[in-house]
Amino acid sequence: MPTDPNNSAAALTVRGLSVFFGDRAAVKNVSIDITAKAVTAIIGPSGCGKSTFLRAINRMHELNPDARMEGEIKLFDEDIYSRTVQSVTVRRRIGMVFQKSNPFPTMSIFENVTVGLRLNGIRDRKILAERTEESLRMAALWDEVKDRLNAPAVSLSGGQQQRLCIARALAVQPEVLLMDEPASALDPLATAKIEDLIVSLKKDYTIVIVTHNMQQAARASDFTAFFYLGELVEFGPTTKIFTNPAQKRTEDYVTGRFG
Amino acid sequence: MTAPNHSWRNFKNAFMQTLACVCAILVVTPLLLVFYHLIREGFSSINLAFFTQLPKPEGETGGGMGNAIVGTFVLLAQAAVIGVPVGVLGGVFLSEYGGTKLNWAIRFAADILNGVPSINWGIVIYGLMVESHLPGYSALAGGVVLGMMMIPLVMRTTEEVLQLVPGGYREAALALGIAKWKTIVQIVIRTALKGIVTGVLLAMARVAGETAPLMFTAFGNQHWTHNLTEPISALPLQIFTYAIGPYNDQHRQAWAGALVLLLLVLSINIGVRFLTRDRFQQKA
Repeated sequence: MPTDPNNSAAALTVRGLSVFFGDRAAVKNVSIDITAKAVTAIIGPSGCGKSTFLRAINRMHELNPDARMEGEIKLFDEDIYSRTVQSVTVRRRIGMVFQKSNPFPTMSIFENVTVGLRLNGIRDRKILAERTEESLRMAALWDEVKDRLNAPAVSLSGGQQQRLCIARALAVQPEVLLMDEPASALDPLATAKIEDLIVSLKKDYTIVIVTHNMQQAARASDFTAFFYLGELVEFGPTTKIFTNPAQKRTEDYVTGRFG
Repeated sequence: MTAPNHSWRNFKNAFMQTLACVCAILVVTPLLLVFYHLIREGFSSINLAFFTQLPKPEGETGGGMGNAIVGTFVLLAQAAVIGVPVGVLGGVFLSEYGGTKLNWAIRFAADILNGVPSINWGIVIYGLMVESHLPGYSALAGGVVLGMMMIPLVMRTTEEVLQLVPGGYREAALALGIAKWKTIVQIVIRTALKGIVTGVLLAMARVAGETAPLMFTAFGNQHWTHNLTEPISALPLQIFTYAIGPYNDQHRQAWAGALVLLLLVLSINIGVRFLTRDRFQQKA
């Protein structure tokens, strides 16, 4: 059973995780330790369950009424599926950025960044302003938008919108940031910016990124997990997965022989 | 091109195009005719007195439809108080909550209700509120019947515009740890607000012209109504009363009333156009 290869502090401990949609198992018996303050990439062909796995980590799969999970996920030793834990609380601690940037169209840049705080009861203008600057700086967007924080969020370019979504997720100060193909809809320049951003964010955050892009996984991540047909085939340091994988299927996939 | 049927094909194309064009013009013609007729017959009778005075006793000339105009607004306000909250929340339920089977049943019922002839609504409320003297012929009964008619209209349009809000916005909000009801109110409804307001306004425009259900409920009168438990006049009722009356002056005023009613409905529609002007401009 593959676990954390270097035994440093695990932010997420996943044991025997299976996720079903109706009768179909999308994720099968996955156990994995996600290292804190590092970037873990999840790769695999379409339909291999990597997005479902990601969504199970912050209970987003529960939005689908047919979804059902088995197994255990712990965030720093706290069972996030415990009966006493609400999904809302889990999602405050484990943020998510989606493939398609989705800033709220009725809100300004400032309102988008602060929406998670404001709708959870934080009204203090000073705190909101501070958190806005801090989050936008971390998302490498501050210099581009600091003079037009009240402009509509949809006036930004595609790459800027995605960085705004990252800032919005960071503003609620989560411990883990999940990213579901965050750059797949962006041009190469905007993609490079997001990758730089991911690398710089790991100082403070535990990041799990699902990607279709091998180079992206190789460049930006510390650990890589290869999923195939709902199973975790191999997990290890990124350099090892890409240069000396233990499994034949992993090698075939990372070298582009299938997938 | 040397296709053998080249000119025949061109002819068919031109023929179908002309046919479609003629049909399109046929759609617009009634509107123009209605307008032309109402303006010709009614415009000269519209003056300040028409908006401010009560109807004169039978046979006397002059007077106005002040009470009927106010009555229409009073009835619409009551209808909105009933129809908007129930309709909007029902639409929210259909779009955001509920099991598929239950939703299917509710949607089906709402569609049937939307097709129920308005006179049937009138008879039902007559049975419930008028015959029982709770409170009898009254502004209240008129407001209730129009409000009941608004509910399924508002519910279905609300559901439809909420469904147009991309799921990504709901996911983004929930992923920020925002509770579901806050997500619905602050993100989903806010994004679809213009569409919801549009649906409400169109439903109000639709019931503003209802006559039959009001005959069984609001009943109409010839004076100012100061109490919602008393009968109240409305433009369509007064138009009907005057149109079948024996005097020329009544006919004149009926035309004017019809013109005012049409302008009222038209201004609501134009307001809706104005509201929806940039509705999809912001769609991400």
